[in-house]
Amino acid sequence: MARYILRRLVTLIITLLGIMVVTFFISLVVPMDPLASIAGPQAPQETVERLRVLYGFDQPIYVQFGRYMNRLLHGDLGTSFQTGRPVLEDILQYFPATIELATLALIVSIIVGIPLGVLSAVYRNSPIDHFSRVLSLIGVSMPVFWLGLVLLLIFYFKLGWFPEPGRLDIMLMEPQRVTGLLIIDSIFAFDWEVFWDALKHMALPATVLGLYGLAGIARIVRSSMLDVLSQEYIKTARIKGLNEFLVLTRHALRNALVPAVTVIGLTYGGLLEGSVLTETIFAWPGLGRYLATAFLTLDLNAVVGGTMLVALTFSLANLTVDLIYALLNPKITLAEP
Amino acid sequence: MNITKTLDKGEARRQRWRARSRYWKDSFILWRRNRLMVVGTGIIVFLLLVAAFAPLLATHDPYEQILSDRLQPPSRQHYFGTDSLGRDIYSRVVFGSRVTLTIAFLVAAISTPLGLVIGVLAGYFGKALDEILMRLSDVFLAFPKLILAIAFAAALGPGVENAIVAIAIANWPSYARLARAETLTVRSNDYIQVIRSMGASNLRIMVGHITPMCMSSIIVRLSLDMGTIILTAAGLGFLGLGAQPPVPEWGLMVSDGRQFLVDQWWVSTLPGIAILIVVMGFNLMGDGIRDILDPHQRQS
Repeated sequence: MARYILRRLVTLIITLLGIMVVTFFISLVVPMDPLASIAGPQAPQETVERLRVLYGFDQPIYVQFGRYMNRLLHGDLGTSFQTGRPVLEDILQYFPATIELATLALIVSIIVGIPLGVLSAVYRNSPIDHFSRVLSLIGVSMPVFWLGLVLLLIFYFKLGWFPEPGRLDIMLMEPQRVTGLLIIDSIFAFDWEVFWDALKHMALPATVLGLYGLAGIARIVRSSMLDVLSQEYIKTARIKGLNEFLVLTRHALRNALVPAVTVIGLTYGGLLEGSVLTETIFAWPGLGRYLATAFLTLDLNAVVGGTMLVALTFSLANLTVDLIYALLNPKITLAEP
Repeated sequence: MNITKTLDKGEARRQRWRARSRYWKDSFILWRRNRLMVVGTGIIVFLLLVAAFAPLLATHDPYEQILSDRLQPPSRQHYFGTDSLGRDIYSRVVFGSRVTLTIAFLVAAISTPLGLVIGVLAGYFGKALDEILMRLSDVFLAFPKLILAIAFAAALGPGVENAIVAIAIANWPSYARLARAETLTVRSNDYIQVIRSMGASNLRIMVGHITPMCMSSIIVRLSLDMGTIILTAAGLGFLGLGAQPPVPEWGLMVSDGRQFLVDQWWVSTLPGIAILIVVMGFNLMGDGIRDILDPHQRQS
């Protein structure tokens, strides 16, 4: 196991270096001269040239790349053209909002998705199975941005059941920042009004993301549960007179959850990318919306920094999932060389 | 005697033909048995027909702006109403099917051959080449697909062509992985050794004998990915990083209608329903294709 973890960490480092190379490449192919946007359209040629030397754009690509790597390894992501602040600072400010939303959505999709998949497999071809399969189909086929708009139209504009887009009512003060997660921070501050309001603000965007996550989880749980239920040892458990609930939970579900673990890791990545669209619609001050604006305005440093952080989070989520998977299924660590 | 009989070319051809027609007949039976797949195929055929006969089905010019008719609700004259520039939304949705199909097919046509070549090369030659190519694909897989596509679309500049390239860049690694895995299992088979001992070159073995073995799993994967590709393209359009106005792209149309959501709901929601239906069709068909090409299903 220790060797397996070590090997995975080494691959992670290689992947991270690769991510830095890819993001550098992305900043290279930009057709627009990044200096033009810094200096402004009316800047004289002289200023542009001076900026070119200042930012090192006059150097050959490998020198630029060396500098870029050097900067990154020192934790310097550069300054955002848009906000005029260091990108790292921006990201640290916006990231908790995204984590909060994506995690809540993931919890919702696990809590709903797993039972739905189990019921669907146990009562195969029953109405509940049909319902669950149609729901998963809709979940994977739904454009998240469209669902977000429709929910906003119905539940905010028409019915008024949920608050306006955003993270918190403008009349409320944010509690003192500890984790950056409003729900947790408001508990620390015993500010129940903020807690309740933050939860209400999260309901719609979390539903949009949760439906997407739920679809994949319910689907994989259903199919692996069907697999497990046809195994001999389930028959044995039934023959020895175990009650059906114990057969399902203790014997079947435990094994059926192993493949689901992998899907949950991928789902987290899906939720991160879904957040770009969802946050744009729900005016959610998170990394997704920050990235979307950065992409649109070609704020290069912000694009590079944000993309890298998302890739890093995604890689770490996948690593965690693989480790859990290896823990649940010892064959993995033994099988590969 | 016996040898001449088995070498009889006409007979061989007839047998091959019989085997193939049996294969297709089985496939057809499996297809018909899977009701959901019939629905999915129906949706896709419908989409193809709409795209082919778009000029006949459209009631208006999708680009023509009649400002006096702006933001009209759905009526007999404008089935889906009109948008903020007075364009007929129904006609734009009809023509949008062409944009969607073009994107989906071009992404498939770029990313699958790319993934196939890289995967087969990595699996066939192994060692250092394998290591390099697979680490490369790991790096691409480390990004969530949409994020990578958005990043490349933004870097290359907005537009349908660049969106296609960006989505293809985000998609090839999964095909490369698949092709590599298939190549590894096929490579050590006896028949490959036989062909090699008969003097076939590496290129010939890869193109003629390994690539065909990878095709079925790649096709399955591609058909399952089709829906995601369309959603990604629509997402890029929605964010303003994909198709640009006035192209009648569905994601872009949803985005255009955002500011009129409350009072003119049809501008945003109706093109979105088109995306939902088409993606659902591709997903249903993808699931079905997977089941049909699955050898376990065939035996029953």
